[in-house]
Amino acid sequence: MNAIQVEHLCKRFGTVTAVNDVSLTVREGETFGFLGPNGAGKTTTIRLLTGVLTPDAGSVRINGIDIHRHPLDAKMQMGVIPESSTVYGDLSAEQNLHLSAKMYGMPRAVREKRIDGILLQLGLNEKRRFLVRTFSKGMKQRVSIACAIIHLPRVLILDEPTSGLDVQSRRLVIETIHHMNEQGSTIFLTTHNIEEANTLCQTVCIINKGKIVAQDSPERLKKMFDTTQSVEVSFDRTVTRDLFAAEGILRAEPCGDKWRLYTDNPDWILKYLVGCAERESLGITSLTTSGPSLEEAFVHLTECA
Amino acid sequence: MMEVPLFLRGILVITGKNMRLYYTKPPVLMFGVLFPLFMFFAFFVGRHLDLTTFFPAFLAMMLFFTASSVGPLITPWEKREKTYERLLSYPVTQDSIILGDVTAGAIFGIGISLLVWIASALFIPVAVMNTGLFVLAFILGTLSCAALGVLLASPAADSPPNVMIFSNLIRFPLIFISGIFVPLVDMQGWGLALAYCSPLTYLVDLFNAAMSGKSAFSPFIDCGVLILVSAGFILAARVIQKRNMMKGM
Ligand SMILES: Nc1ncnc2c1ncn2[C@@H]1O[C@H](COP(=O)(O)OP(=O)(O)OP(=O)(O)O)[C@@H](O)[C@H]1O
Ligand SMILES: [Mg+2]
Repeated sequence: MNAIQVEHLCKRFGTVTAVNDVSLTVREGETFGFLGPNGAGKTTTIRLLTGVLTPDAGSVRINGIDIHRHPLDAKMQMGVIPESSTVYGDLSAEQNLHLSAKMYGMPRAVREKRIDGILLQLGLNEKRRFLVRTFSKGMKQRVSIACAIIHLPRVLILDEPTSGLDVQSRRLVIETIHHMNEQGSTIFLTTHNIEEANTLCQTVCIINKGKIVAQDSPERLKKMFDTTQSVEVSFDRTVTRDLFAAEGILRAEPCGDKWRLYTDNPDWILKYLVGCAERESLGITSLTTSGPSLEEAFVHLTECA
Repeated sequence: MMEVPLFLRGILVITGKNMRLYYTKPPVLMFGVLFPLFMFFAFFVGRHLDLTTFFPAFLAMMLFFTASSVGPLITPWEKREKTYERLLSYPVTQDSIILGDVTAGAIFGIGISLLVWIASALFIPVAVMNTGLFVLAFILGTLSCAALGVLLASPAADSPPNVMIFSNLIRFPLIFISGIFVPLVDMQGWGLALAYCSPLTYLVDLFNAAMSGKSAFSPFIDCGVLILVSAGFILAARVIQKRNMMKGM
């Protein structure tokens, strides 16, 4: 059974289509990264997944339970950190955790033991009786995470859990997510930090303008764009693909009036192109090389679509 | 139907949270406790009115203000503080939130009004002719007024001050047309027609029936109207909030 099964999800706000026919599958136990530029529809998708918004079309199943038919049962399976989430500022860290635990129906004895453990784990023990209103952003986010994992959810959904945090808090949050995953929770998270997605996630899904543009393991996505560099070249005459039939050229794609050539040896390809141009008496009118990074891949994927 | 216990638990936890967080908020104390007391002193004390005659109406007014002052605050407050989205992602639905807010308002109304009634009973001879009806008046009164409070909070707004102003715009006129300052039997023409339209009229009448035994309508009609308007308010709040949810947060 899949932890999250989304089929043909659509959501419009007036004339804006925030989520456009999104289907995705998150396997049980995996960490799934949901990336996309600002306004791509990540938060809207998460609100649809967590039953906060009602979709215009499509369905969401959490561990096989339809969120719109059985919202309470489905929500019992989940822990959620919404975007720009806050816990209750007028309650202490401890009271917030108690409230959260009661929401999930944890009996008092279990609740107290778990809260003690979690406060220690997240370095909040000294401040457990302080009002959250007086906390720094990083500490508030830690309380927020604690509230979401208090009941050891089978599916943990996080919207930008590390945005705006310092290095220590960020590490603590990442460690906690890792830990939850090791304990068997499925993780669905959004982030603008590609490096973070790269280290945390087994699968990365990229959404742009409400549509999914790529979904693969970060290693494969990286291979596509990281170890391979590309060179874009154009000549003063039209050339055929045969010109690029050389061992050092992994792939050649026509790209407008240019050719995009993929290689893992940019030095060699530049010399090869110069040689070709001399031999065939072609004039090179433009030549650009693209640097290697996953970020570049992300930008590329989200610009092309 | 496996979800019923979950649903009830959600209402209970939300009610507890509301009681802990919102009973002490300044707007609630201001419009829920101080204001009706001021009205009482302004209109009744020192005007040589027969307190025993007017006391049931005063109690109804107290109940009305206290029970309807918590509801308008909660959802706008949670939306402004951005805790609403998190609340919705817990195992609750909008229905549990609405009912939890109504319950918290009703308990506040009962608590404060009961205190006022006990305190007044020490100074003024206020009789209760029909205890059962009196208890029923308390319960139906707080329920309908708390439901009105929650309905007032439903139009999408994340600004507590605006919602408080809006809710007072609705609540103030009601106390002048509901037979509180002028007994229903002394009203006629337009005044009377307006009074028939105000749910508060039936609560005042029910208190009159329970305490002095003199009422304009049969208690059955009073109770029936209060039950109907409570259900109506809750359903309207539900429809409005569902529509807000379709439009976005
Ligand atoms: N309640 C709403 N009403 C109207 N439009 C909305 C609403 N919520 C989102 N949108 C629009 O839907 C689109 C997707 O927004 P969303 O918040 O899902 O993006 P995002 O991927 O989370 O962006 P970010 O990275 O900035 O958080 C945007 O164009 C946004 O303006
Ligand atoms: Mg977002």
